[in-house]
Amino acid sequence: MNAFFAAYLAQDGLSNGAIYCLLALALVLVFAITRVILIPQGDFVSYAAISFASLREGRVPGTVGLMLALTVLAVAIELARDRNRFAPRVLRLAAAPLLLAALAEISPRLHLPAVVDALLATAMVAALGPLLYRIVYRRIAAASTLVLLIVSVALHFVLLGMGLYFFGPEGVRAEPLIDLAFILGAVPIKGQSLLILATCAVLAAALFAIGERSLIGKALRAASINPTGARLMGISTEWSGSLAFLVAALIGGVSGVLISSTTTLYYDSGFLLGLKGFVAGILGGLASFPLAGAGAFALGLLESFASFYASAFKETIVFALIIPILLWRSLAARTGTD
Amino acid sequence: MRAERIAPGLAIAAIATAPAWLGAYQLALLTYVGLSAIVALGLVVLTGNAGLSSFGQAAIVGIGAYVAAILTTQAGLSPWLTLPAALAVCGLGAWSGGVVMVRLSGHYLSLATIAFGAAMYFLFGGLEITGGQNGLSVPDTLFEGAALNYAIVWAALLANMTMLANLLDSRMGRAIRALKEHAAMAEAMGIDTNAAKSGVFVIACLMAGLVGWFYAYFQRFVNPSPFSLAAGIDYVFMAVLGGAEMLWGAVAGAAIVTLLKPVLQARLPWLLGAAGNFEGVVFGAIVILLFQFAPEGLLPRLRAWLGWSGLRARAVSGGQLPSGHGISAGEVLSVEGARKSFGGLLANADVGLTVNASEVVALIGPNGAGKSTFFDLVTGATRADAGAFRLGGQTITGLSTRAIARRGLARSFQHVRLVGDMTAIENVALGAHRRGARSMLSSMLGLGRAEERAFLATALHQLERTGLGHLAWQNAASFALGQQRILEIARALAADPILLLLDEPAAGLRHQEKQALATMIRALRSDGLAILLVEHDMDFVMALADRVVVMEFGRVIASGKPRAVQADRRVQEAYLGAPLAAPAGEALS
Amino acid sequence: MSLISARNVTVCYGKIAAVKDVSLDIHEGQIVTIVGPNGAGKTTLLSALMGLLPMTGEVSYFGTVSRPGVEALVRAGIGLIPERRELFATLSVEDNLALGGFDRWRAGAEDAAFELAKIYRLFPRLEERRRQVAATLSGGERQMLAMGRALMGRPRLLLLDEPSLGLAPMVMRDIFETISGLRDQGVAILLVEQNARAALRIADHGHVMEAGRFVLSGPASELARNERVSEAYLGVAAAEDPPQE
Repeated sequence: MNAFFAAYLAQDGLSNGAIYCLLALALVLVFAITRVILIPQGDFVSYAAISFASLREGRVPGTVGLMLALTVLAVAIELARDRNRFAPRVLRLAAAPLLLAALAEISPRLHLPAVVDALLATAMVAALGPLLYRIVYRRIAAASTLVLLIVSVALHFVLLGMGLYFFGPEGVRAEPLIDLAFILGAVPIKGQSLLILATCAVLAAALFAIGERSLIGKALRAASINPTGARLMGISTEWSGSLAFLVAALIGGVSGVLISSTTTLYYDSGFLLGLKGFVAGILGGLASFPLAGAGAFALGLLESFASFYASAFKETIVFALIIPILLWRSLAARTGTD
Repeated sequence: MRAERIAPGLAIAAIATAPAWLGAYQLALLTYVGLSAIVALGLVVLTGNAGLSSFGQAAIVGIGAYVAAILTTQAGLSPWLTLPAALAVCGLGAWSGGVVMVRLSGHYLSLATIAFGAAMYFLFGGLEITGGQNGLSVPDTLFEGAALNYAIVWAALLANMTMLANLLDSRMGRAIRALKEHAAMAEAMGIDTNAAKSGVFVIACLMAGLVGWFYAYFQRFVNPSPFSLAAGIDYVFMAVLGGAEMLWGAVAGAAIVTLLKPVLQARLPWLLGAAGNFEGVVFGAIVILLFQFAPEGLLPRLRAWLGWSGLRARAVSGGQLPSGHGISAGEVLSVEGARKSFGGLLANADVGLTVNASEVVALIGPNGAGKSTFFDLVTGATRADAGAFRLGGQTITGLSTRAIARRGLARSFQHVRLVGDMTAIENVALGAHRRGARSMLSSMLGLGRAEERAFLATALHQLERTGLGHLAWQNAASFALGQQRILEIARALAADPILLLLDEPAAGLRHQEKQALATMIRALRSDGLAILLVEHDMDFVMALADRVVVMEFGRVIASGKPRAVQADRRVQEAYLGAPLAAPAGEALS
Repeated sequence: MSLISARNVTVCYGKIAAVKDVSLDIHEGQIVTIVGPNGAGKTTLLSALMGLLPMTGEVSYFGTVSRPGVEALVRAGIGLIPERRELFATLSVEDNLALGGFDRWRAGAEDAAFELAKIYRLFPRLEERRRQVAATLSGGERQMLAMGRALMGRPRLLLLDEPSLGLAPMVMRDIFETISGLRDQGVAILLVEQNARAALRIADHGHVMEAGRFVLSGPASELARNERVSEAYLGVAAAEDPPQE
């Protein structure tokens, strides 16, 4: 392999790594705050990519129906739970989804610029996060990690089927947000790759800043450090859980919009992307953001070069990577406890 | 109650007569139910009893199937030779993987199995020897005819269920059932929890391998898709749907998923007016609803609804387990210079203490004085920074909880740690674990019956000794707190200890219960036991203890006869609170 | 006004009642104490009153009968300082305090800096350690931080669980002084303590709890003099007259 090809593969690996990095960040965040291993994270990615592509083609995306169905369900559950003074609570639940649905409904007539479509698709997917948390996880927030994981897997299957129903089986590929390509020392550089890397950096920095500096970020960290202590400060499990899911879905949405131009995506393509986010997250022990980020880029590069050297085993190598890492971690754990 | 007893019999009768009244298609469907149920059975033991989970069982089934198919097509081996090969590959793989994975906490193990499931699927599809995505055709068949295949699979299922029922009713089975919520307690009972976990993992994988081997000759075609991660997830759904703690739950779950799937695949697209596989939505929604409203699973829920308890008293007869030692005398526990600090906090500074046979020593002091830390150091739950620990004349410094338990230390816990869904007699038998020797395999084959009788006789004896004999066959969760504390002591006694550590045995007990407890402890003392207890109830301590050791801020500030300790001014200040400097009531505003 | 008025409260763990039929009133400007041995149900009662555990019986908060969750009670002005303190171990002292004011900040209050200065005046030690991570504090400092964090929410009623736990006598005295000082500033306090003498000395009203029930109730000064209290909970009588076997 020559240097030109290596650079090409590296570019590919880094931009995929950036996506895995974003997904890993979301997974670590959700796990730290709610102990939920968010298997459906990948579904957010495919939802966003397909929604964005639909909007670009001037169609109302299936996300609208999905979002409205979930809103109706969430409102029904809220009413069943407590009918006292429900109006403000219902309004808080339904306002954003209804507004976004209305916007998406009229969007084909407005011929919006690509950036606005991207934001709309991302926002619709982000809105799904808190709805799903309230419908699926709120009641079982105290259950064991294993139960939460099985429920996550079940939710992924539900979302997969709903994706097929609302989006159909066709694959989509959107135009890149930045239609730019240039040659840097004989290596062609794609604008979209740069955009992905930049977005990853900005989002990671923003998450870090929010977590370290803002009171809301500190409250979220408090909820993950000591849930009982947090509740006594008025930081409810429901609030922190919904917020964590909002951020995760938002990150999933951004990732989906970003990769919609680099590959053809189907309603079920997100799952594998999400799983790779996991592998990266596990590299960081589901606890450390910097380690998870580094793991994600290493994974992207490994995958990219593996697709060149051993394309039939690309996926096997990526997933089997977890085994030596767990081996190493288990040896570390062994010296700790015995 | 009668219906409860005959229900499994009726189920077996229905299973046995099915070929007489079902057609070939239904029998084939039921054969798949049986195959899935065997895989799900492994998960019931793994998930519902041991609290571990694997989403990669379909991949194990795949390994079994591919080993059989490859050896048959490439080497022309007969199916009866590929069976041991398939089992060996699955078993050895599970054993070596299990050694690594059981050391990880629950969710890491689950994630590792997800990754494993995904990796294997792609490997099956990518290798040349497996035929890639095109798969392999297998020329041989095992059995001809739907009825015969059905009969073989269900006989295997029932045989597996019997073996697992034998296992769960044995020494190792109780150990497995304690893993889910009480691994630390199990270690304190002398149970090698890691070995128990990897043992269960191997059993579950052998069962999956067996199914894979059969599948290769039954289907006569092996390709990656039935062994995907999604299929592995289906097996988990089967186990939790039916009821992950019950063996019959696996059969119920496998039947629901396997029989419902073709119906949903046929009807849903028509109902929704769209083509595609939508059954995932239904199964996913069922699992989500299940954990919100009936997390124990459908079969246990049905049983509770019918008022079946599942508990039945059994006759206990025969001799007890042999005692490992005679009555000891002299110094049983000696600790010198125990030291432990957490961060900047010195929890134990130079604590020394001895307990003799036939002696009750009470360790007292205000909350936070370091008594619990000291207990943890003696039992090996926490490693001391310094200090010399001897038990029964042997040094135990730096040994693990399990090793110390094996040398004759038994304990009760301040916060009761009983396996709530196990009966009292099983909980007590758990304490006797280290006195038995039967392995998982011999228990499964039903060879451990004599030892099991001795276990139950020993446990019943300790229950009677502590006055709980009449409650032997009730679930520990239904006991009042006072009874639970006594049950913990009975469990400790079943370990045949030379030293008994009791952590606040009287807390939360009523007056009469406390007196009964004191009488019991005196009886144990006259039997030669050395007893060290932490307790806050002064009346209780002073009336019972031969010697009292008082701790404050991690140090021993006094020790001696109860009366002398009580007279000590420093003790009064430390333990009873600062002296009344001002007359009471002055603070009234 | 009655801040908490509880009637016939029962709290169960599964089938086992840890608190049985307990009634209790706390009025403004009062310190009410519950003393009793370990395992008597004191902590369970506090957790239930704070909405952390389900209970049966009638409870009214600030005159309204309701059974709200923790978050609503925090917003209404009730703070609980649990036995385990439940600090945010890996956050700094100042962040812990800031989070104490989280609910008020979310409700629109903008006086966090002012409140923080007040806490630092009350516990100067915390200001010295403001950048330190909570996990590195000593037992006494942890208790101060737990109290400071709860006070950042400007509660009208504080529920205190074993504030003297694991503290040196000098530190303990300071903490008890702070508690009675809070009462003088108008914060009502429900104090659960094992150290009966210290608690009864600063309290207005007391209850003695045993095996889930209140076995004695009355003005704190009377309870402190009561023979039975000294016997059972201070162990004094037992020391002078050991029972026969």
